[in-house]
Amino acid sequence: MKFHKYDTVIVGAGGAGMRAAIEATKRSRTAVLTKLYPTRSHTGAAQGGMAAALANVEEDNWEWHTFDTVKGGDYLVDQDAAEILAKEAIDAVLDLEKMGLPFNRTPNGTIDQRRFGGHSRNHGEAPVRRSCYAADRTGHMILQTLYQNCVKEGVEFFNEFYVLDQLITEVDGVKKSAGVIAYELATGEIHVFQAKAVIYASGGTGKFFKVTSNAHTLTGDGQAACYRRGLPLEDMEFFQFHPTGIWRMGILLTEGARGEGGILRNKDGERFMEKYAPVMKDLASRDVVSRSIYTEIREGRGCGPEGDHVYLDLTHLPPEQLDAKLPDITEFARTYLGIEPYTDPIPIQPTAHYAMGGIPTNVEGEVLSDNTTVVPGLYAAGEVACVSVHGANRLGTNSLLDINVFGKRSGIAAAEYAAKNDYVELPENPEAFVVEQIENLRNSTGNERVADLRRELQETMDANVMVFRTEQTIKTAVEKIRELRERYKNVSVQDKGKRFNTDLLEAIELGNLLELAEVMAVSALARKESRGGHYREDYPNRDDVNFMRHTMAYREVGEDGSETVRLDYKPVVQTRYQPMERKY
Amino acid sequence: MATPVLDKVEKDSAASPYITVTFRIRRYNPEVSDAAVWEDFQIEIDPKERVLDGLHKIKWDLDGTLTFRRSCAHGICGSDAMRINGKNRLACKTLIKDINPEKPITVEAIKGLTVMKDLVVDMEPFFQAYRDVMPFLVTKGNEPTRERLQSAEDRERFDDTTKCILCAACTSSCPVFWNDGQYFGPAAIVNAHRFIFDSRDEAGEQRLEILNDKDGVWRCRTTFNCTDACPRGIEITKAIQEVKRALITRRF
Ligand SMILES: Cc1cc2nc3c(=O)[nH]c(=O)nc-3n(C[C@H](O)[C@H](O)[C@H](O)COP(=O)(O)OP(=O)(O)OC[C@H]3O[C@@H](n4cnc5c(N)ncnc54)[C@H](O)[C@@H]3O)c2cc1C
Ligand code: SF4
Ligand code: FES
Repeated sequence: MKFHKYDTVIVGAGGAGMRAAIEATKRSRTAVLTKLYPTRSHTGAAQGGMAAALANVEEDNWEWHTFDTVKGGDYLVDQDAAEILAKEAIDAVLDLEKMGLPFNRTPNGTIDQRRFGGHSRNHGEAPVRRSCYAADRTGHMILQTLYQNCVKEGVEFFNEFYVLDQLITEVDGVKKSAGVIAYELATGEIHVFQAKAVIYASGGTGKFFKVTSNAHTLTGDGQAACYRRGLPLEDMEFFQFHPTGIWRMGILLTEGARGEGGILRNKDGERFMEKYAPVMKDLASRDVVSRSIYTEIREGRGCGPEGDHVYLDLTHLPPEQLDAKLPDITEFARTYLGIEPYTDPIPIQPTAHYAMGGIPTNVEGEVLSDNTTVVPGLYAAGEVACVSVHGANRLGTNSLLDINVFGKRSGIAAAEYAAKNDYVELPENPEAFVVEQIENLRNSTGNERVADLRRELQETMDANVMVFRTEQTIKTAVEKIRELRERYKNVSVQDKGKRFNTDLLEAIELGNLLELAEVMAVSALARKESRGGHYREDYPNRDDVNFMRHTMAYREVGEDGSETVRLDYKPVVQTRYQPMERKY
Repeated sequence: MATPVLDKVEKDSAASPYITVTFRIRRYNPEVSDAAVWEDFQIEIDPKERVLDGLHKIKWDLDGTLTFRRSCAHGICGSDAMRINGKNRLACKTLIKDINPEKPITVEAIKGLTVMKDLVVDMEPFFQAYRDVMPFLVTKGNEPTRERLQSAEDRERFDDTTKCILCAACTSSCPVFWNDGQYFGPAAIVNAHRFIFDSRDEAGEQRLEILNDKDGVWRCRTTFNCTDACPRGIEITKAIQEVKRALITRRF
C-alpha cells in the first residue's frame, strides 16, 4: 500500500476533470487520478458541438439559451444553474479558443456556429445557429486542447489508477471528505490519497445498456463510490436516448447531421418528423425524436426486413458539405456498415447516450448529502454530476458546455477550499473496503461469470427501461437486477494476478453498474408521469402537481445487511420560466 | 434491438452469419513466465464484427486473463492499436471480413515499446516524446477580449494533423523508431506540425529547433509505414516533409 497527500485530488481526466485540473493546479497541489490515459476519455467521442450564444452568425443571447435549456429539460432544470450555464458559455468557448482549440471559422474569421436540436431564436420561434464546432470532432478537439494545456501547466497525472472508494470522516456530526482509495492497474497496488478536496469528474454510466454510444469504460464508478458511502443520487431515472445511433451497434451519428440538413425517413421515404414536430421537425428535442422513431417502428413503418430501424438520409446534401462538416460520421457509416452516405441512407435507431442524473451538487460543484447540506471538501462536475442544468432531458451541445463551465467552477472552488482548510483525519483502515472487495473477487470460486451477468443486465435494461417504460416493464427490470445482484455474489474472475488485471476490474465495474441500474429502475418506477427522457406509457402526461421535483435516492442497509433504495424528493429551482407544455 | 456483438450464436440456423475464426495471439505475462508464446483461440463470429469484438469474445467467454486496452470501440480514443496480421491497426476499426478470416488472424502488441502483458505496452516513452515538442498553443502579448481571428484557409492549413488520437500506430510501425527509441517518432512530429502551421501560434521556431535535434525529423527515412498505419488517415509523411522544409526555409 502506498500513501499520498495532495491539496486537491481530481477523479477523472475527461473534459470536466482536465478543465478543473487547469484551474486547481494553478491554485493548489493537485493530482489527477484517471483510469484511462487522459486522451482516451469519452469526451473525445463527442462530435456535434458546444453551445454558446456568441451571436457570431445571427442574433442570439444567453437568455434565449437559458429558456431553451429549461424547456428542453421539461422544466425539471434548476433555473438558477441554467442561467449560469448559458451566461458563462460565452467565456467558456472563448477560453477554449485562447487555449488553442481549432474551431471552424466564418468567412470573417470568427468562430462558426451551426444549428442543433432544441436551440431556438426568441423562445422557440425558429432554429438558431448556436453550436460552436470543429468539424464533427468537437469533443476530440476539446479533449486534446485541454490535455495540451494540462501539459503546459504541468498537471500531475496518475494514469490507469482506478478510484474505487470515497473516504468520509464525520467531524462534530458533519460528514467531510477525507480522500479516496485507488487501485493501480499496472501493479495491483492499493493507494491511499489523502486530500483536502476531492472532485469527481468520472463521467457517465451508459454501459448498463446494450445499444449505447458510451465507451466500455463508462461504468459509473464515481456515482457508485459516493452512493455506497451514503450520499444520494439525483434524478437517476432520467437517461437520454439519442435518436441516431448506428443500427444495432449504437455508435453515435451526431445530431449535427440533421443540423446540416439531414432528414429522418421511414420505409415509405416519408419525412415523419413533420407529423410529430411541425416547427422544429428533425431538430426537435431528442426524447421527442427518439419516441417518434419508435412509434414509426411500432406502427409498422420501420425499415429493413425486421422493420426495426429508420433511415438518416444525407443523400441530398452535397458531398463537399459532408466531407467538410461530417467527415468522421460518414466514415463510421463506411467502416462499420459498408454504406456510402453520399448515395445511400444510413440505418439508425435510438441509442442510450447520456445520464442526466448523478451526484447532486450546487452551482459551485459542492456535493450535497441531502437536499441542502454540503459535504465539505467534496465536489463533482460533468456527466457524473447533477447540478441540475439538464433536468429531464439534455439539449445537444449543452454537455460539452457543462463540463467546461462546471469543471472550471469546481476546480476553482475545490482549490480555494483546500487553501483555507486543513486535512480531515482518515478513517481507520481506510483501504479496508477495497482490499476486501478485491480479495473476495480474486479468491472467489463461485460459478457466475462477469460477461454473462453484464449481458443479462444490458438485455433487461434495453428491453424494459429504455425509450418506453411501464409499471410492468420497470418491475420486471427491478426483479431481474435484484436477481443479478444476488448472483453477483458468486462471481469469480479467471485472472488472479496483480499485473494489468482487467478481468478483476471488469468485475468491479459490473458491480457498480448493477448497483446504479437498481437505483435507476427504482427511481423510474416511482415517477408516475412522463417527462423528458422518462416516458411512461401508463402515465403519458407530465404531472407538475405531483412530480415537479427531483428524485433523491439513498442507499439503506437493513439490520440484516439487506440493501434497499430509499427515495426522497427535492424541489426544483424556478426563477423566470413557468412550466408550459413543451411543443416543437 | 440487439447489437451484433452480444448476439447469441445460432449455429443451426441456415442463415447464420457466423463463421469460425482462429485468433493467434502473442501472449506474455511475466507473472507467469518470461517467455512470450503464441496461443490459438477459435471463436464463432460474424465477419462484419470488429477484431475487438473477437478479442472480447475470447476474454469474456474463453480466457479472462487475455489483456488489452480499449474504451470507445469506434476508433476515436486510440487505446487499441495492435499488430493485426503484421500491420498496425486499431482492433475496433478493423472488421474481420477485411483481413481474410480463412487463415488464422495474428494479433500481437505494437513494436518498439516495452510489452507489459499480452497486448499492453508501456506508453510512457511515447507520451514523453509528445510532451517534448511543446504540444500547446503559445502566444505573446495581451489576450484579446473575443476570440483570435483565423481565416478558413489558415484553419485548413493544419486541419489534417489535428485529427491525431495519439494511438501510436504510426510511431510503432517506424523502423527508425524500432532501432532507436530516442527518435521522436512520427506522432510527436505530427503534433508539432499541428502547432507550427497554426497561424495563431508564436513558438514555431522553438519547436523547429527541438525537431532539428539529432533525434528529430532528419531521422525520418520516408518509408511511409506511418502513413499506411494511421487509422485517422493523416498524411503523416507529408506532414514530416513540411516540417523538414520549414526547417530549411524557415518559412511556415
Ligand atoms: C458519442 C458521443 C457524442 C457526444 N456528442 C456531444 C456533443 O456534440 N455535444 C455535447 O455537448 N455533448 C456531447 N456528448 C456528451 C458529452 O460528450 C459527455 O457528456 C461529456 O464529454 C462527459 O465528460 P466528462 O468529463 O464528464 O466524462 P468523460 O469524458 O467520460 O471522462 C471520464 C473520466 O473519468 C475517468 N474515470 C472513470 N472512472 C474512473 C475511476 N473509477 N477512477 C479514475 N478515473 C475514472 C476516465 O478515465 C475519464 O478520464 C456526447 C457523448 C457521446 C457518448
Ligand atoms: S498520427 Fe495517426 S497513427 Fe500516429 S498517433 Fe496520431 S492517429 Fe495514431
Ligand atoms: S477502442 Fe477506442 S480507438 Fe479502439
